[in-house]
Amino acid sequence: MRMKTSDEALAKAAASGDRDAFALLLERRYDGLFRLAFRLTGSRAEAEDLTQDICALLPSKLRAFRAEAKFSTWLYRVAVNAAHDRRRKAQTHARMAQGWGEWETAIKAEQSETSGQVVWLNEAMTSLPDDLRETVALVLDQEITHREAGEVLGVSEGTISWRISEAKKHLRYLAKQEAGQ
Amino acid sequence: MSDTLDKLNAAMKAATPEPDQAAKAKNMRLAMENFDLLQGLAPDARPIAENRPVVGRLKAGVSTMIQSLTTRGGLAATTALVAFGLIVISPQGRSLFTPPDVVLPSPAEPQGTRLRDDTFDKVSEVDGNAATHVEIPAAEPVMNAPVILQELADTAVSSAPTPAIGQSLSKHRSNLAGGIAPMPARRLEYETSTPQSNTEAFSNEAPNHLNVTIDDPVSTFSIDVDTASYGVVRSSLSNGILPPTDAVRVEEMVNYFPYDYAAPDAGGAPFRPTVSVMQTPWNADTQLVHIALQGQMPAIDDRPPLNLVFLIDTSGSMQNADKLPLLKQSFRLMLGQLRPQDQVAIVTYAGSAGLALEPTSAGDRATIIAALEQLEAGGSTAGQQGLQQAYSVAEKMAEDGEVSRVILATDGDFNVGLSDPDALKTFIADKRDSGTYLSVLGFGRGNLDDATLQALAQNGNGQAAYIDTLTEAQKALVDQLSGALFPIANDVKIQVEFNPATIAEYRLIGYETRALAREDFNNDKVDAGEIGAGHAVTAIYEVTPTGSQAVLNNPLRYQTEAAVDDTSSELGFLRLRYKKPGEATSALIEMPILPEMSPVSIDVQFSAAIAGFGQLLRGSDYLGEWSWGDAIAMASTARGEDEFGYRAEAISLMRLAKSLSAD
Repeated sequence: MRMKTSDEALAKAAASGDRDAFALLLERRYDGLFRLAFRLTGSRAEAEDLTQDICALLPSKLRAFRAEAKFSTWLYRVAVNAAHDRRRKAQTHARMAQGWGEWETAIKAEQSETSGQVVWLNEAMTSLPDDLRETVALVLDQEITHREAGEVLGVSEGTISWRISEAKKHLRYLAKQEAGQ
Repeated sequence: MSDTLDKLNAAMKAATPEPDQAAKAKNMRLAMENFDLLQGLAPDARPIAENRPVVGRLKAGVSTMIQSLTTRGGLAATTALVAFGLIVISPQGRSLFTPPDVVLPSPAEPQGTRLRDDTFDKVSEVDGNAATHVEIPAAEPVMNAPVILQELADTAVSSAPTPAIGQSLSKHRSNLAGGIAPMPARRLEYETSTPQSNTEAFSNEAPNHLNVTIDDPVSTFSIDVDTASYGVVRSSLSNGILPPTDAVRVEEMVNYFPYDYAAPDAGGAPFRPTVSVMQTPWNADTQLVHIALQGQMPAIDDRPPLNLVFLIDTSGSMQNADKLPLLKQSFRLMLGQLRPQDQVAIVTYAGSAGLALEPTSAGDRATIIAALEQLEAGGSTAGQQGLQQAYSVAEKMAEDGEVSRVILATDGDFNVGLSDPDALKTFIADKRDSGTYLSVLGFGRGNLDDATLQALAQNGNGQAAYIDTLTEAQKALVDQLSGALFPIANDVKIQVEFNPATIAEYRLIGYETRALAREDFNNDKVDAGEIGAGHAVTAIYEVTPTGSQAVLNNPLRYQTEAAVDDTSSELGFLRLRYKKPGEATSALIEMPILPEMSPVSIDVQFSAAIAGFGQLLRGSDYLGEWSWGDAIAMASTARGEDEFGYRAEAISLMRLAKSLSAD
């Protein structure tokens, strides 16, 4: 019966201490969350760490959930903020960029017929400025609309659309450059 | 064609791995444990110290950690467990502190937290530490202890209806703080490291977005003379971390600096607006419309007597060297500026509110200083009671024509007694209308409830300043004392209507927390900020001229262009409303904004550099390639005389930010 309960209702129940609701909600959302974490970071290890951060802080964050937004939008916002925190931390400690930046080396060690595509993906994502990459990561798997992505990132729907078109421009430029080589 | 994006989508789908089931189980278990722990903090639950299962889990966590030290995954897996678990047991830690029932973290935890922040290459080095600390808590790691308590306190506070726990935790914190005297710089490392690692709460809104003039030609906001945000930014950067983005309020950074804008004519309005238009430093195709308000400087010699009530937070958390002791020094500096006609009283709040000094003539310095020196930190914080008493003292002191003001000094602990923030704001707003103002001075970091402080000062027609050094006290309480204490105009609102014929898009930089509805401008009942004697206030718009290639929005297809008078070259029209102190009806100042306004002074340039700096710190989308280096160069050329070295300090902060944000 609970399987039919909406995420929002589950989140509210969890916020008021319903353990089962929280467990169910997490179970429903975990995979999507992990995939988003991967798109945001570009490496499995980073994605797992980020997912762990989010899991650790979700219970306390959830208390502030007021069901004004869709749960998915709210959750993605938590995820994006956690990703920012990780990135900021990385900056603070003046360490090398991880994730998308570090991919190239890791990938070279890998084999397989998909590697051409994988290298291209890495190149494409790395070449995007932070805000565009983040926007693309959110919108790519088509689970959320531009409007919702705007809510997640705290910008207008128009800005999201503009960023997406900028990202496309970027990719086309990249393609042209490759063709020219 | 969107096939580039489709291609990316396909590649991404192919590359995205399925979540590892073991990691998933582990992470979900972690989430559930934190969930349970949070429930354990609820008032009806058993005290956490008796919560056996958690202890068991913790021990398991520690041993797992030690066993799996060689793998990064193992470390990451256990750290969060330890983070919550060690708070519970830690028998070694307990003996270090006075109250035996206190739940204390073992030093191992912060090490654990750090593990998660650090790179692989540090793992081996940290391994040793972690293991050592679990076994033998040395004296040194005590430095790290407050972080954890804060983390717990944060959980408790954010879980809303648990005042009892908030109170007891803050008491623990104070005991800890007492033990370690100066605030350890290392502590700040954690401020941004885990998303809930301290109790600081910052008040901010998402940065203003770009407005299309045709759709929304009118921008309305209240002025803001607070400077607290700059202080917080400085303290973060000086401690080697970038400030939390929400701590950055660009207008407060800009308004921190004294500017030499054109002063108003005697006998006219109490302040004078000066508008300049300049090239945007970060975008060749846009311009900045710079609006400067300069308040008049009334003759200091015949100023009316002041009635000041210092409302001082003496809760335990104020014990640090950068809090109560700094506060005492600051007030001593300020006393030197007061005259025998002025009156001073001191009210403290800590557990119960008390009158520490009856209203006393400022000439009687010895009595005042003796009372000040007797203040000691201890107890929990009951903000509201103290506030009520301070106001009643202030009302008794005030005679006709006298300015009276409550000056609240706190590190932001309002977690007891503030059951209803709105009621508190209403209370302060009522008092403001009856003639007693409120200024707020924030001290110390880690506990700073910036959001509440700002809300209080805004409602009390006062300034919020953040005091982190004696130099800052000198600026806020001595150099700019008259500005801070003598309002010359209340409820100052700015409204700019942009001309769609000349301006396609505009964006107000900063003032997000001060936005007003368009109709509020003419509504005298709506509160806004005040300008003090000699204050300068700056507001900057970035505008995109029509036809510029920097226009970001396409024209609408189904919307006919609004009829505009093409002959007008005006960029817009500026309206200002203000009330003279004691008056209920506002006066209006109006002027057109022309393409050629006042020449761009060095002050205007410096304020634009600071606006750019603030936006860099917030991670703004609108700065393009403009970098820290550009901000430094611009601020350096616009340094001017810089009598007190404020601008030089800002440039050093920019350099720090540049280094900290470099990869």
